Amino acid sequence: MIRMQPSVENTQTIADSDAVAVERTLAGDRDAFRVLVERHSHNVFRLAYRMTRNRPDAEEVVQEAFLRAYQKLGKFEARANFGTWVYRIAANYAIDRMRQRKKDEARKVEPAVREEGIENDPVALVHDAAPTPERLAHNVELRKQMEIALAALSYSERTAFVMRHWEGCAIEEIATVLKSSSGAAKNTVFRAVQKLRLALQPFVGRGTQARAMGTES
Amino acid sequence: MKHMTEEQLIAYKEGVAAQRAMIAQHLAACEECRAELERIEAVLAALDTLSVPNPGDDYGRHVWQQIAPRLPERPARWWQEWFEPRRLGALGAIAALLIIAFIAGRITKRDHLGNEVATKEQIRERVLVVAVGDHLSKSEMFLVELSNAQPNPSSERLVNISAEQRRAEDLLEENRLYRQTALQEGDQVMASTLDELERFLLDVANSPDEITPAQLEKIRQKIEARGILFKVRVVGKELQERQKVTTPAPAQNDSTKTERNKA
Repeated sequence: MIRMQPSVENTQTIADSDAVAVERTLAGDRDAFRVLVERHSHNVFRLAYRMTRNRPDAEEVVQEAFLRAYQKLGKFEARANFGTWVYRIAANYAIDRMRQRKKDEARKVEPAVREEGIENDPVALVHDAAPTPERLAHNVELRKQMEIALAALSYSERTAFVMRHWEGCAIEEIATVLKSSSGAAKNTVFRAVQKLRLALQPFVGRGTQARAMGTES
Repeated sequence: MKHMTEEQLIAYKEGVAAQRAMIAQHLAACEECRAELERIEAVLAALDTLSVPNPGDDYGRHVWQQIAPRLPERPARWWQEWFEPRRLGALGAIAALLIIAFIAGRITKRDHLGNEVATKEQIRERVLVVAVGDHLSKSEMFLVELSNAQPNPSSERLVNISAEQRRAEDLLEENRLYRQTALQEGDQVMASTLDELERFLLDVANSPDEITPAQLEKIRQKIEARGILFKVRVVGKELQERQKVTTPAPAQNDSTKTERNKA
C-alpha cells in the first residue's frame, strides 16, 4: 500500500497551523488560504488521480475542491482538520466528475495504459530486474486489466476502495462522502475488493484458484 | 474447522474487521485461510503498483495561480450555503416539517384546553411519523416505478436513468436525516429499513447516467431480492397505524363541553 503517513507530532503541528490559516482566511487574508492550497495540493491530487484515473480530470478536481473549500469556509467548524475536509470535498467532486466523464471512460482506458510507457511501468520494475519479453507482455496486459477493473467499479465502490485502501481513510470518513452508514461503507469496500479480485485473479495468481469461502474442512 | 469468509479476510486485510483478534488467531492456525489471504493480498499488491504521476514540486503554487483569480473577495458566510439551488430541496423539506410542527402545536394547544395534554414526546413523534410516512410513500412510488420498468435484456440500447438518479439523490438526503433520527430514537426496525433503502438509493444515485437494459434488470432484481419494496410498505403501513394512534380525537366544541359540565 502506498501511503504517506506523517508522524503524530507532525500531523498535530500541521493541523494547528491549518487552523490558524483558516481563521486568517476568514478574517479576509487571502494569502493565508494560499498556504493551505500549497500544503494540501499534492495529497488532494493523489486522491483525485486515483479516483479519476487521468491527469486532466485530477487537476480539475484539485482546483474545484479548493475553490469549493474557500467558498464554504465560513461553514467549516472543525478547523483543525482542514486536510480531511478538503479531501472529502475533492472525493465528492471526483464522483461528479466521473459521472460527467462516463462517456469518455471507455476511450480513456487504453490511452492511460500507453501514457506512461513500458519503461516506466512499475509492474515491470517490481517483479524482475531483467524482464523477459513474455513477462513484459504479461505486465502490460495486467496493467491494462487493472485499469479496466477499476473503471468497471461503480463510483461509490471506486471511491470507497481508493479512500480506504490507498488513502487509509477511516470508514466514517468514507461513509460521509458516500452519504451512507458506516456498515454500508464497509460493505462497499468489500464489494470493491471482491470485484477487483474476480477480475484480476486470473492475471495475478497464475494457476491459483480461490476456494469456496466460509466452508469447513 | 470453519474457515473465514472472503468478506472477513478482506475486512481483515483492509483493517476494518470487527473481530480482528479472532481472525488473526484463526489465520495463525489455518493454512488454507492464510493461502486465501495471500491470494487477496497478491491482487491488492498488483494494484498498488499502479503509479500516480508526480505533479511537480511547485504544483501547490500552480494550483494557487489557477484558482486565485476565481476566488471571491471573502469566503461565503455559513447561511449563504442554504440558498444554493441544490440545497433548496432540503430547505423545502425543513419548511414542510416546521409547518407540520406548527400544526401539531396548534392541535396540542386545543387539547390542552380540553384537559388532554399531549407531551412534547408525542408531538415529536407525531411530526416524525408524518414526515417519515411521506418520505416512505415517495420512496415506495420510486421503487414501484423502477420495478415496473421493463427493459429488454437482449437489447444493447442504453437506458438513460439520470432523472431517476436525481430522485434517488433527493430521497437520499431525506433518508439520511430520518435514519439518524430513528437511530437516536432507538427505533431499530425503522433505522434498519431506512438503512437498507439508503444503500439501494445510493446504488442508483452512483450508477452511470446511462446503463444497459441488463444493468437495469439487475437493479430491478435487487429490489426484489432484498425485499426492499415489501419492507418499505410494511413500515409505511405501521406508520399509518401509529399516525392514527398519535393523532388526538377532534376536540369537543364548547357547547358540548358546557353540557358535560352541567351534567
